Amino acid sequence: MLETAFKGSRTYWAWILFLLTVIAIGLFFYLRQFTVGLGVTGMSRDVSWGFYISQFTFLVGIAASGVMVVLPYYLHNYKAFGKITILGEFLAIPAVIMCMLFIFVDLGQPLRVLNVILHPSINSVMFYDMIVLSGYLLLNILVGWTALSSERKGVAPPKWLKFFVILSIIWAPSIHTVTAFLYSGLPGKYFWMSALLAAQFLTSAFASGPALLILLALIVRKFTKFDPGKEAIQALSKIVTYFLLTSVFFLGLKLFTSFYSQIPSYAHSIVYLYAGLDGYNKLVPLMWISNILIVIALVLLVIPQLRKNEALLAIASVCVFIGLWIDKGFGLIVGGFVPNSFKQITEYWPTLPETSITLGVWAIGFLILTILYKVAVSVREEVGDIDFHH
Amino acid sequence: MGINRRDFLKIAGISTLAGIGGAAGLTLAKSGLLEASQYIDDPKGLKGKRWAIAIDISKFKTPEDYKRVMDVCHSIHNVPEIGNTKEEIKWIWTESYESTFASQEYANPYIKDNLKKKPFIVMCNHCDNPPCVRVCPTQATYKRKSDGIVMMDMHRCIGCRFCMAGCPYGARSFNWRDPRPFIKKSNPEFPMRMKGVVEKCTLCYERLAIGLKPACVEASSGGMIFGDLNDPNSDVRRVLSSHYSIRRKPELGTSPCVFYILGGQ
Repeated sequence: MLETAFKGSRTYWAWILFLLTVIAIGLFFYLRQFTVGLGVTGMSRDVSWGFYISQFTFLVGIAASGVMVVLPYYLHNYKAFGKITILGEFLAIPAVIMCMLFIFVDLGQPLRVLNVILHPSINSVMFYDMIVLSGYLLLNILVGWTALSSERKGVAPPKWLKFFVILSIIWAPSIHTVTAFLYSGLPGKYFWMSALLAAQFLTSAFASGPALLILLALIVRKFTKFDPGKEAIQALSKIVTYFLLTSVFFLGLKLFTSFYSQIPSYAHSIVYLYAGLDGYNKLVPLMWISNILIVIALVLLVIPQLRKNEALLAIASVCVFIGLWIDKGFGLIVGGFVPNSFKQITEYWPTLPETSITLGVWAIGFLILTILYKVAVSVREEVGDIDFHH
Repeated sequence: MGINRRDFLKIAGISTLAGIGGAAGLTLAKSGLLEASQYIDDPKGLKGKRWAIAIDISKFKTPEDYKRVMDVCHSIHNVPEIGNTKEEIKWIWTESYESTFASQEYANPYIKDNLKKKPFIVMCNHCDNPPCVRVCPTQATYKRKSDGIVMMDMHRCIGCRFCMAGCPYGARSFNWRDPRPFIKKSNPEFPMRMKGVVEKCTLCYERLAIGLKPACVEASSGGMIFGDLNDPNSDVRRVLSSHYSIRRKPELGTSPCVFYILGGQ
């Protein structure tokens, strides 16, 4: 099936070339980081995780959100998702690969990465994160590829596949839960140390992931003969709506506990992010852009007439994606380090090399996504608009 | 000990060639032979089950008293002077009262002015229940079974900095770049680090092994009292039983083994 990725229009190749250029720039800066050290980034003794780990966290969510189309289709036999399921599974694959790459580029001694396997520590959440992420990657490759191959041959997928589908559905929430445990079990990091963190991660993921999927479905429809279906897109929009509302609700719960209790340590990071602390306010504008985007998205999504308009839905999806990306792919990790253990403030901002490496990894993800979607769409165009029964 | 580090490296190298490096590494790790620095068993070496330090802050009177302690540590351990706070590497340094006891700040703002304005010495607390050890994915930082020192294996550290996020005391530094150009005068007796690894105070394990107290303790002229918490007759136990002392963030359950005596005699 992979051969279909080598036949494409001029636009297709221009897009591939663009991604390759961004990857090359990222690689150039990564080699610099590899030689000089992580000093080329904006991270510091106080804010010791930055852009890379933030992207990792956000993308684990995107990967997990594939379950939002797989579950209704396979467990509830929701036929409208038949066409879009493969897009969900094929979104999870590059998302997990990006997660792994972001961990890799964040390592100070990347050549020693195998120490995680050679000298495993069963007390470390990182150990479990490695297991759940690689497992989830394999499951999605297996399920997505097998289902699509069967479809191409015009046969029903093998029976054993069902087992792995169900396993992947159970597995999906685990990757984001374990990722939340990386942060929520650290003594003294009050911004993260909340039982709600894993739940917040999952709800924001189930809003931002399907929002991205809506956008991808609209793009696929515009550029190819494959139509994921109006009903599927509308169903996704309802998923985004409910999970965005739950996300905002959870944020409210966190704000209440932090501020009504008036325990300063619980409030510091939140105050820093949204209002600035002791005159330090580098992230404040960004966090308010996030808030505004989410409010716009809520208005567009909650009112059914607006959400049914696909142009407005596309705008809402962009707002959800960027809004939640700022919140989780930036503020959440950086905010946890401010103030530091001594109640002092060091601010963080990504540098040019760091941003280029980050964009490079995203471009690798989009390249894999493009290739996988190209294969899926080519198969669909080949077999025509038949009933999908995988 | 049946095997020393050099032999281990040889075996590891050969077995890696044979493709069984991982398995060999695991076997050795399990049998506890990998604790670096333990291959010397000097009879003069100091023996203790749970080392601790009590800092009597009243003994620190002049800036010179603080400087002596910090300088000796940083010079014998090849700690670089990077020159900017963002990439700073430090094993022992001073912070204000408020910063050191960040949680007590809210409890008593009316503490004596001379204490409030005094710098406090901070370092790795060698916690009895260290979160950094718990989170490390490679056991590059570990609590030494024999005496409770929270150790660092800078050759195993992958530089993920999970321990820095896990340490509630800000005791850990990361080599954001090659530290060698920033070391003015190096001590060939102690290993230098490379870029991309985390480091911190290791309670002068190399000095304890040959019967010397930690360098900071030695340089403190009685301001820092070192000893074994498990021994009721040790200096540190004596001073802790006769003086009121506090620890940093005890509410976190880490059981720090650095104590602060605020009142003096």
